[in-house]
Formats: sequence, C-alpha cells, structure tokens
Amino acid sequence: MYKDHIVKARATDNATFMGTVAVVVFVVTVIAGLGESGLARLMGPILLDLKAPLARDIAVAGTFTVTLVLNLFILGRFPLRAQIVTVWCELLVLFLLFFDTFNLSYSFIATKVGFMITQGVFTTVYVSAISIAIAFVLALLGATARLSANGFAIAIASFYTSFFRGVPLLIQIYLIYLGIPQLGYVVGAVPAGILALSLCYGAYMTEIFRAGISSISRGQWEASRAIGLNPFQTMTRVILPQSMRLIIPPTGNQFISMLKDSSLVSVIGVWELMFLARTQGRAEFRHLEMLITAAVLYWLLSIVLETVQARLEKHFNRAHR
Amino acid sequence: MNQAFASHAPQASAAISIQGLHKWYGDFHVLDGIELQIKSGEIVVICGPSGSGKSTLIRCLNLLEDFQKGAVVINGTPLTRGAACVAKVRRQVGMVFQQFNLFPHMTVLDNLMLGPRLVSKLNEAQARALAYEYLERVRIREQAQKFPGQLSGGQQQRVAIARALCMRPRIMLFDEPTSALDPEMVKEVLDVMGELAHDGITMLCVTHEMGFARRVADRIIFMVEGRIIEQARPDDFFDNPRHPRAREFLSQILDH
Repeated sequence: MYKDHIVKARATDNATFMGTVAVVVFVVTVIAGLGESGLARLMGPILLDLKAPLARDIAVAGTFTVTLVLNLFILGRFPLRAQIVTVWCELLVLFLLFFDTFNLSYSFIATKVGFMITQGVFTTVYVSAISIAIAFVLALLGATARLSANGFAIAIASFYTSFFRGVPLLIQIYLIYLGIPQLGYVVGAVPAGILALSLCYGAYMTEIFRAGISSISRGQWEASRAIGLNPFQTMTRVILPQSMRLIIPPTGNQFISMLKDSSLVSVIGVWELMFLARTQGRAEFRHLEMLITAAVLYWLLSIVLETVQARLEKHFNRAHR
Repeated sequence: MNQAFASHAPQASAAISIQGLHKWYGDFHVLDGIELQIKSGEIVVICGPSGSGKSTLIRCLNLLEDFQKGAVVINGTPLTRGAACVAKVRRQVGMVFQQFNLFPHMTVLDNLMLGPRLVSKLNEAQARALAYEYLERVRIREQAQKFPGQLSGGQQQRVAIARALCMRPRIMLFDEPTSALDPEMVKEVLDVMGELAHDGITMLCVTHEMGFARRVADRIIFMVEGRIIEQARPDDFFDNPRHPRAREFLSQILDH
C-alpha cells in the first residue's frame, strides 16, 4: 500500500476505541468460559482462592482483558519496526505456551530430532530441490511452447498444464508410482515422488513463466530483432532475464509450497520429514510430539527459502532502483 | 509529384528500393502503393499527419512489419521472408525507436556490446573497443557502466543510436526518435543525428522536427493516408508546397 501523509490520532489513545475493545474482549472471554482452561492455569496464583466457576471465569477474562489493553496501549507508542518485532515475539511466546499445554515430552523430541533432521529434512530438501529444478526446465519449455506458433507444441503444452493442474497431486503420485510399473519399468519411491512433484509444479510454473514472458513489451523483441539477434538469443539474453524479475516471486512461493507438498510422497514410503513424523512417534504414542517437531522444521525451512527469495528478487531488481 | 524526383528509376546505387508496396491491417489500407528509391548516402525525412503510415513504412524495410504486396530491395538484396535473407538485411539496417527500447537489465556498455558479440561475432576486447568508440561519438562515454533507467531520455536515445551504429549498418532508420523526449533534450539527439548525416550513411527518418529536416535532409517525403503525395528538396517543400494537404500540414505544424 502507498502511505498517505495525513496525520491521524493514535487509535490506541482513543478512550472510546480502547473501551469498546476492552468490553468486547471481556464479554467474549466470559462467554467462552475460560475458568478451567490452560489460560487459567497460567494465571494460577490469582485464581487460587476462587472456587465459584463464574467468579473464576470473570477473573480470568478480566486479567486477560487488562493485559491485552495495556499491551495495545504501550505498543501503540512504539515505532513501526519495534512494533513488528515485539508483536512477532509475543505471538511466538503465545504459540509456545499453547504447545506447552499439550504436556509434550521434550526428552522424547530430543532423542528423535537428530534423526528427523539427518534423514527427514535431508530427504525433503533434496527431493524438493531436484523437483523444483526439473519443474523450472519443464516450465521454461512449456511456456515457450505455449507462446510458440507451432500447433503441436501448443497442444502438447496446454494438454500437459491442463492435466497436471487439474488432477490432485496425491492421485498423480499414486498414478506414477503404481502406473509406470505397468509399462515394465519398476520405479523406486523417490524417483516416482520426484517425477510427480516436478510434473505437477512444472505445470503450475508454466503459467507463471508464460505470464512473465508475455509481460515484456514488444519494443524489446523489436530492438533485439533490429540488431540482428536470432530468436534463441533474443529469448535467453533479452526476454528471460527481464521476465525473471516477475517470475522469481511466484516461483519462490511455488518452491515453499512444494516443500510442504513433498510431504505427500510419504504415502509411497519415502522417508522424508512427514513420513518420519507419522512413524517415529507410533511405538510410544507420541504422535503430537513428532508432528509438532515436523511442523517447526518445515516452518524453519520455509523461512530460509523466504530469505533466499528476497535476495534473488533484490538481484533481479538491481536495474530498477 | 515533383519533377526532380519523378525520374528516380531503380538503379544499382539505390540503398533502398520500394516498388508497389501495399499493407492492410484488416480492412484498413495502411500503405497504398508506395514507390520509393533512396540513393546510397541520401538523407530522407518522412513527414505527414499521424496515421499516415510513416512508421509502418520504415518498419517494413527490416521486416518488423510484414506487408502483403510489393517489393523491397535493400542494398541489392530483395527482401524475402527467409531467415537468412532477413538476418542479412537486419545486419545492414540499424533502427532507432521512439521509445528507445534499450535493454533495461543491462548496463549501457552491455547494451552496445550485445549485437557485436552475438551477431558480428567479435571477441570481448573488440566489442568493447567498438562500444567505447560509438559512446564517444554520441558523447556519453562516462555513462558506460550505468543502467538505462539511470539516464535521461536524451542520453538513452543517444545510447540507442550508438547501439544501432555498433552493428556498422549502411542504412539507419529513425522512427520518431525525438517524440518521446522532453523539449530540452531534443537538440542533443538531433545534433548526433546531424553529425551522422555527414558520414555518408543512408538515413531514413520519420520526424516532426521540421528545422532538422530543413537543415539536414536531401529530400522530404510527405505522406497522407498511406500514399506519398509530395516529395521535394527541403527548400522547395517548405517554401513552396504544392499539394493542399502539405500546405495545411505545414501551416499546422509551423504556426503554433
């Protein structure tokens, strides 16, 4: 959004606004009846003496409301960056407190996390990385074919994108893993998973590449032709480098989404992160521990990818400062 | 048609020869039987009201636009649709666009070196020397490492001229090169073009800069509705336009 220069009074200094927020939060929390919840346990000392359920509900709601409003009031005074960092940290703490109420066995997580990283994260990352590389090439070919003047190429490419965008990835994985052996080739689970992921994401990325290439103005094509570049040189030296600026952000999203969709290949027995999350906790009924560990690992991987994506965007934007 | 040019028959020294050129956009007849001979080294300015087909005409000469009927011969090479022929013609014909069309993701130097490296197959050092030679010519050497977006419009257009010249073309086509520029930058571009005219290169230039046309051109071509309706030496054209449409056009463009 493009910020206007109008100066407005802080909403958090407005008594009516803060009062309304307080009343709404209080009423909602009282109705929700948090007297016996995990939140009440956190507030233990205050509530020790209260026995009547309604009194406990009201005390919890009141404490919660006061904390929240005070927090808003103070944060309203922070500069923008400090607000962002503080709210991030607060949400993270709340998140951890929420998980803590599950009574997780941290020692169990500690014994398994090493294997989940060396086997699970490693497999997830290499399956995704190979798949995204193949998908990138497929998308480039697909987009070039879609934009070409060749009827066969257009038909093949549009058939490909239509099928692989239109069928759930899970079915594609089964079709490839169970279908290709019918042709006489036995494929391992990992190659089958990689094939399914690359074909599916190649189809989505074909559309991204097509949009990126189409967005380059005709003048760029004409200037390339006028200096005598052939179609291949025009594409690789002039059009694609400029399209990359538009292709990178959605491709980064695709990669992050593929990282998580790679969990689907666990159904054919690839020992990636999701497979381990489902199997490692089974013997001791520690499912939640493993699922939460996997969730955190997926999240951390995505954060790394987001950072890489931001770097790449900056690189391809350097001519447009 | 002016007598002095009516006798221009196709000849060996013609840089550009256009015979019976027709082009339609659907039902719209953009070019309606263009006949034109341009001698090697001649400077020709094409003017006329907007929509008269001036840009379309010069864009047909290196096949940026296709045409349906007629023949174009560039330096003795009949223009066909074959890849080899088109490549040969495009190597001999440089073009400068209204919107500059520099490659925004490359530095000025890389913009200039791209064609020499990939098309003329020069090595890195030769291409660099050539690029600097032409940057010098358009007086913009110090901007070599900048990106086009960091330059003014006039500087960008001069880079675009240098980029075309790096291919050592024998013919230069200018498609309204100053129309997208702020008024104070028009002169620097016209000056560069004027110097170019002294070098013996054949120039075909669509422009509304009548002062430039009068000073530099050997011949003015006036187009209306896809036809050439008057061609004359600049003095004749400006002082004594024959066709009523030319008189009307000149009074509109000069008296404001």
